[in-house]
Amino acid sequence: MAHGKVAGGGDLRGKLPREVRDAVVIRFAGDSGDGMQFTGSQFTQETAMVGNDLATFPDYPAEIRAPAGTTFGVSAFQIHFGVTDISTVGDELDVLVAMNPAALKVNLNDLRIGGTVIVDSGSFTKRNLQKAGFDNNPLEDDSMAPYQVIPLDIGKMTLEAVKDFELSSKEALRSRNMWTLGLTLWMYDRDRQVTINWLRSKFKQRPEIAAANIAALNAGHAFGETAEMPNYAVGYSIVESDIRPGEYRTATGTQTMAWGLLAGAQAAGLKIMFGSYPITPASPLLHALAGLKEFGVITFQAEDEIAAVCSAIGASFAGSLGVTSSSGPGIALKTEALGLAVATELPLVVINSQRAGPSTGMPTKTEQSDLFQAVYGRNGDTPLPVLAAATSTDCFEVAVEAVRIAIKYMTPVMVLTDAYLANAAEPWRIPDIEHLNRYPVRFRSDPEGFQPFLRDTDTLARPWAIPGTPGLEHRIGGIERDSQTGHISYDPENHEQMTRMRAAKIHGIAADTPTQELALGDDSGDLVVVGWGSTFGPIRQAVKRARDEGRAVSHVHLRYLNPLPRNLGDLLGAFTRVLVPEMNNGQLATILRSSFLLPAISLPKISGKPFKVREVAEGIRSALES
Amino acid sequence: MTATTTVENLAPKDFASDQEVRWCPGCGDYAVLKAVQRTLAELGVKKENTVFVSGIGCSSRFPYYLSTYGFHTIHGRAPAVATGVKLANPELDVWVVTGDGDGLSIGGNHTLHALRRNVDLQILLFNNEIYGLTKGQYSPTSRRGTRSPSTPHGSIELPVTPASFALGAGARFVARSVDAQQAHLCDTLKRAHEHKGASFVEIYQNCVVFNDRTFSRFTDKDTAADNQLLVEHGKPLLFGRDRKRGLSMRSGCLEIEVVTVGENGVTEADVLVHDETNRNLAGLLASLDTPEFPVALGVLYCDAAASYDAEIHAQVEAARSKTDKPSLNALLRRGQTWTVAG
Repeated sequence: MAHGKVAGGGDLRGKLPREVRDAVVIRFAGDSGDGMQFTGSQFTQETAMVGNDLATFPDYPAEIRAPAGTTFGVSAFQIHFGVTDISTVGDELDVLVAMNPAALKVNLNDLRIGGTVIVDSGSFTKRNLQKAGFDNNPLEDDSMAPYQVIPLDIGKMTLEAVKDFELSSKEALRSRNMWTLGLTLWMYDRDRQVTINWLRSKFKQRPEIAAANIAALNAGHAFGETAEMPNYAVGYSIVESDIRPGEYRTATGTQTMAWGLLAGAQAAGLKIMFGSYPITPASPLLHALAGLKEFGVITFQAEDEIAAVCSAIGASFAGSLGVTSSSGPGIALKTEALGLAVATELPLVVINSQRAGPSTGMPTKTEQSDLFQAVYGRNGDTPLPVLAAATSTDCFEVAVEAVRIAIKYMTPVMVLTDAYLANAAEPWRIPDIEHLNRYPVRFRSDPEGFQPFLRDTDTLARPWAIPGTPGLEHRIGGIERDSQTGHISYDPENHEQMTRMRAAKIHGIAADTPTQELALGDDSGDLVVVGWGSTFGPIRQAVKRARDEGRAVSHVHLRYLNPLPRNLGDLLGAFTRVLVPEMNNGQLATILRSSFLLPAISLPKISGKPFKVREVAEGIRSALES
Repeated sequence: MTATTTVENLAPKDFASDQEVRWCPGCGDYAVLKAVQRTLAELGVKKENTVFVSGIGCSSRFPYYLSTYGFHTIHGRAPAVATGVKLANPELDVWVVTGDGDGLSIGGNHTLHALRRNVDLQILLFNNEIYGLTKGQYSPTSRRGTRSPSTPHGSIELPVTPASFALGAGARFVARSVDAQQAHLCDTLKRAHEHKGASFVEIYQNCVVFNDRTFSRFTDKDTAADNQLLVEHGKPLLFGRDRKRGLSMRSGCLEIEVVTVGENGVTEADVLVHDETNRNLAGLLASLDTPEFPVALGVLYCDAAASYDAEIHAQVEAARSKTDKPSLNALLRRGQTWTVAG
């Protein structure tokens, strides 16, 4: 489907005038069983098809099936869409859809004053109100006065819409989410075709269910269309988007990471052997790669985290690209094996989808608190490169780069992403794989002069000589190795030399990676805001806001966390102050202070939720006043 | 290139590396090393296609003394590393060398799963019933009552029986041998090598320093004949100096008893015949111990099934055969996309 410059509004199909806005934030919230994730992702698809920029954030409970109607069973999906440069999921909601009292209770605080809340009034029964902890029905007292409330008996209208399909009322009520989706699609003047196609294919085996869902979707849409909506519940039109030409799709960080790993492996001419163990929120990467067998990808669900990383190391020894993934607690278990990979100097890519810690922490909540673990967290002097993805679609490039570094330097590489990036979707300008740089691996095959630890003078990498190659039989292991032969060596000078070599090799990678550029702003000023990972969006928006207010503030966003970019010290030194917002208790701030002796100011957020633009903006304001 | 090359079988010494072997004088590991080198030579394997993967412990120094590819990994993890090697390249001949501490304590989980999955590996577990490298603490196979630096009043733990553990894990090949019984050990290793899938071989190995003679009750010259049962598929389970003693099923219960042919009307027909494909029999044989029973040695169980690595690669091949040339570009464009024109 081809568009020119995309206009999402314009032809007003409804009878009511639409208010034109730059962007809208909407959150669908309901019980875990209400299908809110489906509703949100379908809304995302329809919105992407109109060519709007967007960002999404699924927020689901840790419990697989929490008791119905409870606050801890509330599942939500937020989408922020509008004109170009949507880089956050949005601070405040313009619209909240609450399918039951618990969803209203949990999410109402995030709705802006004057915002719209659509509630399924049919679900506001005495029992549901009680379960949600309401003493009184909020629809009947004045507690909702600051908002525009649209109470609709969605359940009743859904039953009416699907009555011809002879479903049980339980089954019929499952289409409530599609009715709601139909209404919201009308409100924003979106099409329904993608959803209709999706329903048909999803329920191919049960056409009556597909038909009922489509009927509910159409009924919700018609409800808006025929102006049964209260007259203050106007729709919004999104003004024209100005997006870089090309072919687009929506993608989550999990998808782009899987594709990036594959693209990197193809560029190297290697097969992927992915060893992993299920853990939230990293498991979807295992699922994604398990679906890529046609590309020769081997996935191995190991018995534990340790076996997962060890199998990947074994695969790299044998000439595959070994990859493993996990989240913080699992990475902790892999620690000793990462030391082995550093010691034996084998390529390995390790993906850490960070979540709130310590220990089990909050498995479904996002955090950036594994930076120290990634950079320092091993016994011995054991350096390895660390990269971080800034956005869901940045995961693609970061994965490709991690593969390149791992094989060129014969080293494990840690990639930091997080629960937010793994799950959040955004539009992605699809790259042309044919135009990616290739860096084919040349395994050592010549026995002449072969020594397993004789280093390349440029990269300091040792040769990759794989089993199956005649004449290159050798032994490697975790005991310190002679700097040439790789034989066991307890020689004091050899150990010192090897330790220095391992450090120099990783340090030298900074000469092979781009110098750090500004994400936004001038190269000197009163303040530079330094971020890494998924805080990119809120920092960018906050810096933009400060600059609009005339302040000399710039944004630097790091992809390379170890080694740091070679010009970073000079770059940051040109600013009077350095502010480091991060979703941990100040880890990058500490690294910057120790690396450059800079008085970096830490702006921590440790709530398991992404930064709001407002929070970074306030941090900027107070740092400028300090 | 039309030059013909004659492949000559390598001699046992060709499988020795240039590294000085550094086990304690008299250690049973020397005998196992010798048997492995001899077995490799007799099998006519290629050095470059052979990989030895070990964990940590005295036995795990093994790969350094072989001229093949070798990987001395970390404590307990050899089966996991070896699984990765085999998945990456199923053509390689992969051996795991582990010990009772490495393979059944810190790495018990990996041993369990490599066996359960039936990864095509030869897993050699050197059992000396003690932690040697850390200087003599009791191990998970130590007898109850073992006095060691960490159990000065005697160990109070029940030991695990490696062969029973392997059978419980679902191993399709379980065998036992003794370090010093070179011919038997070589034969057992060859059977393990021949078997496709995970082969588990427990090797009773004497630790001359910390647990000397712990197996003498069935390995000494004067005790072996009466206390060893060398099992062979299709042959009666007979043992003893004059091969008159045998194993028989006690009628009415799932128990084995020792009978003597020629006494109390017992004939050879009453003696059980070894069927290495019978998992139940293997379980009974694995659990026998002195003084009531002999210790069963040889291939207790062998019943091949598809190996994990073969099945994984079959799935990959099946997926690949469905498309001519899989295109990542096409994959990225699968599903809903839209185009923004310039």
